[in-house]
Amino acid sequence: MNANIHIQVEDFDVSEEIDALTAEAPRIGAVATFTGYVRGDDGLTALTLEHYPGMTEGEIARIAAEAASRWSVAGVTIIHRIGRLEVGQRIVLVAVAASHRGAAFAACEFLMDYLKTRAPFWKMEERENETGWVEAKASDDAAAGRWREN
Amino acid sequence: MKILYFAWVRQKVGRGEETVERTAGLRTVGDLAAQLHARGGGYADAFGDMSRLRAAVNQAHAAFDAAIADDDEIAFFPPVTGG
Repeated sequence: MNANIHIQVEDFDVSEEIDALTAEAPRIGAVATFTGYVRGDDGLTALTLEHYPGMTEGEIARIAAEAASRWSVAGVTIIHRIGRLEVGQRIVLVAVAASHRGAAFAACEFLMDYLKTRAPFWKMEERENETGWVEAKASDDAAAGRWREN
Repeated sequence: MKILYFAWVRQKVGRGEETVERTAGLRTVGDLAAQLHARGGGYADAFGDMSRLRAAVNQAHAAFDAAIADDDEIAFFPPVTGG
């Protein structure tokens, strides 16, 4: 399985990424994608994303390998942006190519759940007059935990 | 050992990385965290509640009872919040 992992400041084009992924695996039948955006709730205006260079890429590669061991996946593209991002901007892309939709959907959700709980990124929130670090959510741990039970 | 700090841990200790010589009593991640906490000031603040901290050894998640060695890269950070 081919894993394309990019940590970058720049935005990405979802359509171009799907084309690149399917060009690497022309015989697949399905691509599932998830795109995450900066959500503007509670007066939030922007996020600044920090990460641990080196570990981030290694951890995402381990997560991708885990997905490939669970489902028949032809290739994945994972892009995570860093730096300052305003409300409405894209943060993350997970795209999974597989022969069938079941594997593509499941692996895509698994990758997002594990990305949120394992990959070393941290978000700092900006509101009108204050900044603060986002606290990890128990619901994200629960979402990742359910993959251990089945 | 190379020690790295991220997010609010970095802000509280006032630096992103430093080098620490491993002394005889430093066997685990938790031993190192306790020694850093004992420095006082921003370190005491950052390491005051270990339940809020996570660690990595050589760029892989590690528990506080994980062993450490002279040339290891050890990182301390809050629970991750990417995605």
